[in-house]
Amino acid sequence: MTSFPEAARIALGDSQLRHNLRNATTTIRDKRARVVAEVLDWEELRDAGRAIKADVMHRLDEYLLQFEASVQAAGGHVHWARDAAEANAVVLDVARSHGASEVVKVKSLTSDEIGLNDALAAGGVQAIETDFAELILQLDGDWSSHILVPAIHRNRTEIRDLFLRTIAEPPLSDEPGELAEIARVYLREKFLSAKVGVSGANFGVADTGTVVVVESEGNGRMCTTLPPALVTVVGIEKLVPTFADLEVFLQLLPRSSTGERMNPYTSLWTGVTEGDGPQEFHVVLLDNGRTRVLSDEIGRQALHCIRCSACLNVCPVYSRTGGHAYGSVYPGPIGAILTPQLIGVENAKSLPYASSLCGACYEVCPVKIDIPAVLLHLRAEVVKKEAATPERTVMRGIARVFGNTRRYERAQRLARFVQRPARRLPGPLATWTRTRELKPLPKETFREWWSRERGS
Amino acid sequence: MRVGLFVTCLGDTLFPEAPQAVVRVLERLGHEVEFPSEQTCCGQLHANSGYHNEAAALAQRFEGIFEDFDAVVSPSSSCVGMIREYRPALASHVFEFSEFLVNRLGVEDVGASFPHRVTYHPTCHSLRVAKVGDAPLRLLRAVRGLELVELPEATECCGFGGTFAVKNAETSTAMLADKCEAVISTGAEVCTAVDNSCLMQIGGGLARRQGGVRTMHLAEILAS
Repeated sequence: MTSFPEAARIALGDSQLRHNLRNATTTIRDKRARVVAEVLDWEELRDAGRAIKADVMHRLDEYLLQFEASVQAAGGHVHWARDAAEANAVVLDVARSHGASEVVKVKSLTSDEIGLNDALAAGGVQAIETDFAELILQLDGDWSSHILVPAIHRNRTEIRDLFLRTIAEPPLSDEPGELAEIARVYLREKFLSAKVGVSGANFGVADTGTVVVVESEGNGRMCTTLPPALVTVVGIEKLVPTFADLEVFLQLLPRSSTGERMNPYTSLWTGVTEGDGPQEFHVVLLDNGRTRVLSDEIGRQALHCIRCSACLNVCPVYSRTGGHAYGSVYPGPIGAILTPQLIGVENAKSLPYASSLCGACYEVCPVKIDIPAVLLHLRAEVVKKEAATPERTVMRGIARVFGNTRRYERAQRLARFVQRPARRLPGPLATWTRTRELKPLPKETFREWWSRERGS
Repeated sequence: MRVGLFVTCLGDTLFPEAPQAVVRVLERLGHEVEFPSEQTCCGQLHANSGYHNEAAALAQRFEGIFEDFDAVVSPSSSCVGMIREYRPALASHVFEFSEFLVNRLGVEDVGASFPHRVTYHPTCHSLRVAKVGDAPLRLLRAVRGLELVELPEATECCGFGGTFAVKNAETSTAMLADKCEAVISTGAEVCTAVDNSCLMQIGGGLARRQGGVRTMHLAEILAS
């Protein structure tokens, strides 16, 4: 995996990308701030969200079994998948059992995490993305750069050009309405002919077995209602204990993510209902590293995430580099704490450092995930896992200097002595002086001044 | 009240004007300030870089030096936040300078005069970690002759972030560029804040742009 600083350098050099990102993130950021400010008990809602999620993590084993029983009682099938391969195999089996060469898909990060589309393609089944933005990316062979707005890095002119290359005939303008119409015509045929729909889930309700998908376009609902069979892949952390708990999250989520008071299309279904919707329903409960995250007392709060993406939109790092720089399905601040935990910190060493620790993410998180605290925790994990590095030697040396006043005072004098009027710092610190002046050390430290003035 | 001054390693070594100003303001207000000279660093550099044990040892050392004071005052919200996090026993005794003046001493007018156009950058840790609120603005508004101009996108990070500034230098520089543009757009002569670390970043960027805007710690303005 390319390190974050390297990938960020490429992204920062793309001025079109920076322009698109800045427009999009500031628009959603402001919208969110406005609708959150309307809710007088917002802080209490956040506390409730956090408390419910903490309880789910604490008793996940019980809730999972309860959910399984509820789904089965309602006529659904439940599959347990330890990893991506097991989950993908279940979806492929269902598609094959229906003789499907195509499946229609609801936008799902979990399916991206497990590489479902590629796994299906390898098994001879094409997955059609039906979310407008996901469709754009699929047609372009591109990948998502934002949790909620996957094609945030594309503007409408770029999308018009893409459609003309793939699914549209000229003339075509870059009016959003015209672009949406092209996608609508293309997708309707897919919805009507598909034998299998595939979705993720925003929530799974343990006491009823209800599955919830929250989306804005209605295309998701087409996938979950029109095909005769439906497979839902859901991370085990997505459960809530009772139907009543949804009330909290269905307030927190839309205001935090799209800045809407109420979500446009909220689909809830419970197992199979005769004569209504898919008559065959499968749920795949996916672990894929989640139980390992759960075992980490500080890191486990990353599993509370409801994928609203508010942390991305306020992040000063994300809003400049975009999502691709994170090299992960989950970008932005939440990706920086979730990905290293899911795939192992040794495989994503630079992500915990992809933050200035400004804390804007924690401030907006609807379930109060203390992202800066988890970042620090993961940085410590990186240091622990790494063999001796020059940085560690230096940091230990600095700690020794700071640990003793006389050594510290000697170091201050030495720094002044070796300081050159040159405008460049040595070693890794050279990156400072490349773009910033460094003020020369003063003639006198504070302690020297104090001792001269106060004589102690 | 025994007041101990924590100057921070950065303030001691690179920005002595800020802690000197803290001393002058507090003495002007009739408080005696002590400087325990064994002090070095709070451990934040190590904490933020993943060296937890080293950070914990330095924070513990800090507590040993400052535990007998009724109040510990520092010209850095970031270091104050660090101590509150690592040494909860000290949390209610450690104050960022503006917070100490406004919330602990109840003073907003320190008798300063600074006839210049000034913009204030609320640092991330003063807003979201130490939570000093509008204490710095209250103090600035009471300074004679000072014209306070609002900084656009004020709450956005300047891109410093400790080792972030060198580990992710390009991203840090992109953040800094926007901050510098915002500062320059105000037409201010001085950009002030309560953390010298962020001022080192902003000042370093402004100096390269040669726009004539200076950076000054809030304490220096209050001591004028």
